[in-house]
Amino acid sequence: MPIHTDTLRKAFPILETKVNGRPLVYFDNAATTQKPVSVLERLRNYYERENSNIHRGAHFLSQQATDAYEGASKTMQSFINAKHTHEVIFTRGTTESINLVAHSFCSKFVKAGDEILISAMEHHSNIVPWQIACREKQAELKVIPMDEQGELCMDAYRDMLGEKSRLVAITHVSNALGTVNPVKEMVGLAHEKNIPVMIDGAQATPHMAVDVQELDCDFYCFSGHKMYGPMGVGVLYGKEAWLNQMPPYQSGGEMIREVGFKKTTYNELPFKFEAGTPNVADVLGMETAIQFILKLGHQHISAHENDLLHYATGQLKQLDNIRFVGTAAQRTSVVSFLFEDIHPYDTGTILDKLGIAVRTGHHCAQPIMDFYQIPGTVRISLAVYNTRREIDVCMDALTRVREMFG
Amino acid sequence: MATIKEKEQEVIEEFELFDDWMDKYNYIIDLGKALPGIDESNREDKYLIKGCQARVWLLAEYKDGKVMYSADSDALITRGIIALLVRVLSGQAPADIVEADMSFIDRIGLKEHLSATRSNGLLNMIKQMKLYALAFQQKN
Repeated sequence: MPIHTDTLRKAFPILETKVNGRPLVYFDNAATTQKPVSVLERLRNYYERENSNIHRGAHFLSQQATDAYEGASKTMQSFINAKHTHEVIFTRGTTESINLVAHSFCSKFVKAGDEILISAMEHHSNIVPWQIACREKQAELKVIPMDEQGELCMDAYRDMLGEKSRLVAITHVSNALGTVNPVKEMVGLAHEKNIPVMIDGAQATPHMAVDVQELDCDFYCFSGHKMYGPMGVGVLYGKEAWLNQMPPYQSGGEMIREVGFKKTTYNELPFKFEAGTPNVADVLGMETAIQFILKLGHQHISAHENDLLHYATGQLKQLDNIRFVGTAAQRTSVVSFLFEDIHPYDTGTILDKLGIAVRTGHHCAQPIMDFYQIPGTVRISLAVYNTRREIDVCMDALTRVREMFG
Repeated sequence: MATIKEKEQEVIEEFELFDDWMDKYNYIIDLGKALPGIDESNREDKYLIKGCQARVWLLAEYKDGKVMYSADSDALITRGIIALLVRVLSGQAPADIVEADMSFIDRIGLKEHLSATRSNGLLNMIKQMKLYALAFQQKN
């Protein structure tokens, strides 16, 4: 069913917030989305009626919580179409998922002189873990360049894939530019040389259907809180063959089979990578968020968000001295821009006063700002509950910004 | 020469004239535009105070027992707030600058710009102003 925002917005009470007496316009969805009531109720219900530690069996509540948790694994599996449930590992979020791969994969498969490939448009979370891993292993971090539009240079990428490449770690969708990268093609090229690929999908899963078997990627990471779910929970998908070969990331309870003071053996997947008591409530909340997305339907979400993206771009174009940052042919849900004559910080301050929540600055992607030689951008990032009317309100606010500073 | 407290009071009284935030920010923007700033040639990295969003440059000189500041920023609102900081602290004795609590920023409703998460360099700028004062104080 096509998206009806009037009805949909009722599920998000926070959208009724007033800021300085004006209705909130929430355009900071790439940072985190708001949560529907169904997710909030799921969290509450878990703690109110189901709370118990899982996988230790032996009593009714524990069994019930274990079943719910395992049900959520299945929901994640089917959401990304993973082959096996045990290929889904729950983490604290995309950042932890990437750190897990950077630590466990690199400790086993990377040696001095090897290369890891990332791209010029990565979030800091997909740069720093690799820098640290490379420093430890005396490996080299190579950066796939991008062009002025904010598209990766595929010829350069082809040339960079070589004998020494051990892993490619790229973002599916750029959080600062909105570029949708041709990840399927990139995986295919890497696999021709037997190089595995990890995809940072934090900005993709809220907006598009992801099929990890179709992409054939080796690892895929995403977060609950960027897709209408709770903070502090996310997923690492990994192909069974890789995960089985990788050593544990953290150690403690759940991840062991037998513990002795001389020797400990590790549990099977996914438990090997889920040390300690899992974040059951938020996993269940994330499951509910996925059900929320599936109920709306990816095609309807995309249609609505693309309409907003085109409308916003068309409107913003009319403003004097506006410069768009990131004009890739394939984009989703993000408009990044700045006025040539007004600092993004100034623009953001006035928008905030007018009740419009945008992100200004480098969006945790400083190398991108260096590339464009700009201090930062103003980023409008959209979600399914946003409306054309809100874009109009934002346009009026930006017109005021121009009057004040122009 | 007015004391820091007197200058702070002067600024607070000026800001009491504004009924709404729009007028206040227009005034800050005007202050920003009027700030002499720092010559392009002096906008060197060694004078730069790094904030995530806006950049701030700060220079200090010691003359006849007083600290004279000049400062600049690439963002106009930040520049306006800098103008207020310079107005209050420049020309004062190092010991007084070190002791200044700068609570007037809160009183005129600009505290949000001084939070660490805003990362516009202003918080570090105040720290750096005091560090200069401390250094001059200890030299003498």
